[in-house]
Amino acid sequence: MRLSINGEMKTFTNSINLSKLLEILNIQINGVAVAINMEIVSRNKYNETILNDEDEIEIVRAVGGG
Amino acid sequence: MSVYEIAGRSFSSRLWVGSGKYPNFSIMKDALDASGAEIVTVAVRRVDLNDDSKEGFWAFFDREKYTILPNTAGCFDVKSTVTTARLAREATGSDMVKVEVIGDESTLFPDNERLLEACKILLEDGFIVLPYCIDDPVICQKLEDLGCHAVMPLAAPIGSGLGIRNPYNLKIILQKISIPVIVDAGVGTASDAAIAMELGSTAVLMQTAIAGANDPVKMALAMKKGIEGGRLAFESGRIPTKLFGEASSPLEGIIGS
Repeated sequence: MRLSINGEMKTFTNSINLSKLLEILNIQINGVAVAINMEIVSRNKYNETILNDEDEIEIVRAVGGG
Repeated sequence: MSVYEIAGRSFSSRLWVGSGKYPNFSIMKDALDASGAEIVTVAVRRVDLNDDSKEGFWAFFDREKYTILPNTAGCFDVKSTVTTARLAREATGSDMVKVEVIGDESTLFPDNERLLEACKILLEDGFIVLPYCIDDPVICQKLEDLGCHAVMPLAAPIGSGLGIRNPYNLKIILQKISIPVIVDAGVGTASDAAIAMELGSTAVLMQTAIAGANDPVKMALAMKKGIEGGRLAFESGRIPTKLFGEASSPLEGIIGS
């Protein structure tokens, strides 16, 4: 399964959910937000959100800005 | 000095500050403190997948002290603007958004049609919508009619430091618009901010003027004082301007008369 994560293509052998993906990427859930194919996923749905081949995932956080 | 409201929430500081482009996070923290700002903008960006460091922006930013205002900086189309705003709400918990839809990369002026469309969608989605717009009374009126909670007309291009390029347009906007008017972008020094306030603006948002100054902490304090001075002057009711002079000392008892 190939996923685009923040513009980078990554390959995964097994099916995973969003919680697992964040764990693999060593990303703390606190303060991040995730969109899959431009749709925001609520934090309470990360566990039940299964990722599909060719999904485009954006993982973002707030940073300094004007 | 009077307090003001944005979407029913009361604020007293009329200086809004951005949190980016400081020499380091420690200076950012000190500058924000010195500014007395209550509302601070943040941007939303991709997490760096290759960076494990925990020390970052939030270690120096007191979430309890400030009202976070996420922006949609870097967006040029409606879909990415709306998605960015929603991501920001999810990431920060803030339902306020400064809506930026850029129409031209060299000036960073907003695209009016896309701005209106994005604001309409975000208002329907329950956001408190604060659009960054050109200093044109017509677009400000359209944004007010749409239901936006304030308008944020630019004084000059972002980061240009030119100050209030068109005070006459700003005066017209302030006369015609009933929702808060927050001058955003282009301010360079304390007198620019004071002028915006003397004209009657609700508040001023700035970042580069502070973060890019030689001494950001001192400039943050200067801006705080400039804005307070400008607002007090506005509330005081200034004298009218005259073409000719009128003596300010008594005319009677002049020596040698």
